Amino acid sequence: MTHEERQSWDVVVVGAGGAGLRAAIEAREQGMRTAVICKSLFGKAHTVMAEGGIAASMGNVNEGDNWQVHFRDTMRGGKFLNQWRMAELHAREAPDRVWELETWGALFDRTADGRISQRNFGGHEYPRLAHVGDRTGLELIRTLQQKIVSLQQEDFREFGDYEARLKVFQECTVTRVLKDGERVAGVFGYERESGRFFTIESPAVVLATGGIGKSFKVTSNSWEYTGDGHALALLAGAPLINMEFVQFHPTGMIWPPSVKGILVTESVRGDGGVLRNSEGERFMFGYVPDVFKEKYAQSEDEGDRWYEDPDNNRRPPELLPRDEVARAINSEVKAGRGTPHGGVFLDVSTRMPAEVIKRRLPSMHHQFKELADVDITAEAMEVGPTCHYVMGGVDVDPDTAAAAGVPGLFAAGEVAGGMHGSNRLGGNSLSDLLVFGRRAGLYAAQYTASLTGGERPRPTEADVAAAAAEALRPFSAEGGPDPRASGPAENPYTLHQELQQTMNDLVGIIRKAPEMREALDRLADLRGRARRTGVEGHRQFNPGWHLSLDLRNMLLVSECVARAALERTESRGGHTRDDYPEMDRRWRRANLVCRFAAAQEGAGPAAADPALGQIALERRESPPIRPDLLALFERDELAKYLTDEELTP
Amino acid sequence: MSYQAHFKVWRGDAVGGGLADFEIAVNEGEVVLDIIHRLQATQAPDLAVRWNCKAGKCGSCSAEINGRPRLLCMTRMSVFGQDETVTVTPLRAFPVVRDLVTDVSFNYAKAREVPAFVPPADLKAGEYRMRQEDVGRSQEFRKCIECFLCQDTCHVVRDHEENKAAFAGPRFLMRVAELDMHPLDAADEMGVDRKRSAQEEHGLGYCNITKCCTEVCPEHIKITDNALIPLKERAVDRKYDPLVWLGNKIRRRGE
Repeated sequence: MTHEERQSWDVVVVGAGGAGLRAAIEAREQGMRTAVICKSLFGKAHTVMAEGGIAASMGNVNEGDNWQVHFRDTMRGGKFLNQWRMAELHAREAPDRVWELETWGALFDRTADGRISQRNFGGHEYPRLAHVGDRTGLELIRTLQQKIVSLQQEDFREFGDYEARLKVFQECTVTRVLKDGERVAGVFGYERESGRFFTIESPAVVLATGGIGKSFKVTSNSWEYTGDGHALALLAGAPLINMEFVQFHPTGMIWPPSVKGILVTESVRGDGGVLRNSEGERFMFGYVPDVFKEKYAQSEDEGDRWYEDPDNNRRPPELLPRDEVARAINSEVKAGRGTPHGGVFLDVSTRMPAEVIKRRLPSMHHQFKELADVDITAEAMEVGPTCHYVMGGVDVDPDTAAAAGVPGLFAAGEVAGGMHGSNRLGGNSLSDLLVFGRRAGLYAAQYTASLTGGERPRPTEADVAAAAAEALRPFSAEGGPDPRASGPAENPYTLHQELQQTMNDLVGIIRKAPEMREALDRLADLRGRARRTGVEGHRQFNPGWHLSLDLRNMLLVSECVARAALERTESRGGHTRDDYPEMDRRWRRANLVCRFAAAQEGAGPAAADPALGQIALERRESPPIRPDLLALFERDELAKYLTDEELTP
Repeated sequence: MSYQAHFKVWRGDAVGGGLADFEIAVNEGEVVLDIIHRLQATQAPDLAVRWNCKAGKCGSCSAEINGRPRLLCMTRMSVFGQDETVTVTPLRAFPVVRDLVTDVSFNYAKAREVPAFVPPADLKAGEYRMRQEDVGRSQEFRKCIECFLCQDTCHVVRDHEENKAAFAGPRFLMRVAELDMHPLDAADEMGVDRKRSAQEEHGLGYCNITKCCTEVCPEHIKITDNALIPLKERAVDRKYDPLVWLGNKIRRRGE
């Protein structure tokens, strides 16, 4: 019954968003037979929801831009916690990755002289985001999808088979990375449509599964964002870093309730939109933190002049990095200056003509009209923070995207950690996907190519059988060998809602120690109950079963977030402690590393004790920033982030 | 604010099935997909439905609501009367997999049959220069979220399975038009004639411009007027198409 299909490929990419597709294109162009596995249909990945643009210092709109300026902005946005080498590679390579998309058919909005237009965004010193209206993610996904089709057409001409060297296994979920000793040997998963299991043997696996937002109640993320790659890496023995840093995008829809959390693009502010409280005040002027004081306008007049004359004025504080704006909105609402539905007003209607709004922000116009009955050309939007992005992820080598300690495992995009430090700048995600997606594909291909035939690792029958048993468990819910697992069957949807509520309320945008301890208790309870999730029906396209299996991943990543957040006794970027409100320079070099505790004891997949934690946390010092990169900053600015010892050469 | 709605949802698989009745709570501001999710969470945990972004951006949750092809996430419950029965069925033009999920592989097969963008040989990456007014036409078509509602509603294939082999459908004829209007596509130099292939390989001639595709497009792309008719006109000097001839006559008379 549990017999599964078995295939062999050179490189397997898990995930078909921007990072996964870019990795697959690269691995295939390096000559590797490459398989892409994705939970949704091909072309539907969460990347389509990215709106604002791709950050790349092409300098098309302001010639002052270059990679060094982009690097500086990225480090400032991440409060200097970024893996600096990743931030450097990202800033250097992003322009090439954007230009390359044009050779694959992408059509970006243009400047008057015919080059790729670039728009302003929070935290970016110059107009830097290549965009297509406010649907840039769709353009990115479609371009990569069509490039993959074009490679398949090449293979069809050469081999008579579109899928000879590049195949997309759509609507399939990977539940385990399989190993042979220390090394990656392939993946195990199921086809959503049929429920059939499959094993793909491959020496190299690239994780490109995106984020974890579905562990939170209010989120801009799609259903796929259940932390699969984070969990797969943990279970395979790879560490995660920086999991306490979760970005709450300042502007999500808040009304009606069913759309709460859906993203309102930062382009609204980049193109001139302003934030006001219920008293009509542009409150952001009161929330510019010391580290950014010199870089932002002090008056509305100056901020307004900046859009036309950026060289002689400073940018308005609505364009501070996202963590600052989200905290400010939170504070305004708490102080009683919120809107009727508990947010603040985001207004473009008084800032630009209706036609301009419709041309530059067509998706936002459409979205508010259709979902909220609000015409954004005539009235203000109501917005509030929404869980948007996880900065933390797999601990990778900055150059090769190889996961630490597990040969053959790679990670790129949101599932990888380090690049964005404690807070990601808008626009740096799409560029991250392209830069590190390509690198992951390249180095995964080189890794596989370095193995000669007989050296290839092979998954063991025992591991495949254990993975199949784990996946089937929800069909035989009650009882089991562990006495603690006895009890009534649990509804996976109920457990998911409780998990989301827990993370939202207790490990959300503002955190305090007692609440996070409470969250860890509740997570332990949910872990125990999750082992008793029961599902009705059979294996063919059964969402209840799929959710039961995804819960394992969400519980693992939620524990990482809660444990790391409790440990970090300071506030920085996407981690704000009510009980430790200040940024502490001594914490800057500290990375919190999460490991799957049971893995170290060599326990089987289901052996983790539900009452105890599954995650072991350790503190690690990050490497010092290279001197030539440090030299890009004024010493005064560095003194705000680095300790005195770090500053003395 | 809340009320109990009556829903009929098609349940079954390739072998067969039928409409199942549900009484279910509806709250202010909800869309049909919210109700489907509430059914999953409370009454039918194994009810199969595709969805992803729930914001009208990914085109996954396509189905038919009261017989009309729509996105579940962009159909607000407020468009129905509170005592109106809401009937949700899978896309009719594609084979059912289970419940509201259909096999849309037809579309992926057709996508592969359209030759890809051909980059100009004399331009390197970073050297592309295009004017906004020249990219605007193709950009309209690139708004497509591939929900395949146009493919579902097009009468050429909706009740004519036999036409599927020879007809790419509005979505992929629009893709041909998009590439044909791309300012830098060098297909000609490679010997690829996009206009002729639209006619001879992708079945443009089957389209008799009834605009059903345009009507269901959730992105409001003018598929017929801006993609298919211009493509027919460009193809016409290569091949006689009586509908284009007639269409031209009618439009000129109206001017």
